[in-house]
Amino acid sequence: MGMTPEEYGKLVQRASPPSPTGKNLVMAFLVGGGICTLGEGLLLLYQSMGASEQNAPTLVSVTLVGLSVLLTGLGVYDKLAKVAGAGTLVPITGFANAVASPSIEFKSEGLVLGLASKMFLIAGPVLVYGTAASVIYGVLLWLWERL
Amino acid sequence: MQVLIALAKAFLVGGALCAAGQILIDRTQLTPARILTSYVVLGVILGGIGLYPKLVEFAGAGASVPLLGFGSLLAQGVRRAVAEQGLLGALTGGFTAASAGVTAALFFSLLVALVAKSREK
Repeated sequence: MGMTPEEYGKLVQRASPPSPTGKNLVMAFLVGGGICTLGEGLLLLYQSMGASEQNAPTLVSVTLVGLSVLLTGLGVYDKLAKVAGAGTLVPITGFANAVASPSIEFKSEGLVLGLASKMFLIAGPVLVYGTAASVIYGVLLWLWERL
Repeated sequence: MQVLIALAKAFLVGGALCAAGQILIDRTQLTPARILTSYVVLGVILGGIGLYPKLVEFAGAGASVPLLGFGSLLAQGVRRAVAEQGLLGALTGGFTAASAGVTAALFFSLLVALVAKSREK
């Protein structure tokens, strides 16, 4: 069989499945980009409806959070997350999913110690370290202005 | 045309920030909870030094929807509050800026969890 190394290389490349890392990356990019595009569409819509510069992004966050929680309740978001990975985790919808998902899962353990307390399973650390960082920033900023 | 450009910028920047998160998941042992936490803390830092608001200006929701944007929002809230209230603002600014998103997540989750059936994962 007369085949140059280049031809053989191409044949192998065509026959082997794409590496999972590459495929994960593309899916994360497409789904994550898609969620942000939806956010941008909503932003333009709310702005055209007269929402102020400060309120429009907040309304976008609230809408995306609501959609994500609803889709989590229907079991759709977690299925999407299995293919999209960080694409569904990194947007604010991922935060909303991290609040809703354990809350639904642990509902059977009670309304207080199950449903409500498990809401903070992942959101807790995010809020603790996020606000801690913001407090440190605030103190540094205050000191800086006094120098 | 302007609308299409805005949507394309949001898609590309948002997609890139998510792809970066995917690389962290695939290449390191970081769990999703740690990724979320790191993104928010990194967002506070980038927002604090004034870099992230510039990306938001460029990419709109492409930068504000990923959790880095949430962190940047915390920093901007603190900056505003410190200007108005002094040192007390360091404690009030973060939650003030994040209140709508966090309260929406908690309240909607409560409603949905009350209705949804508990299911095995």
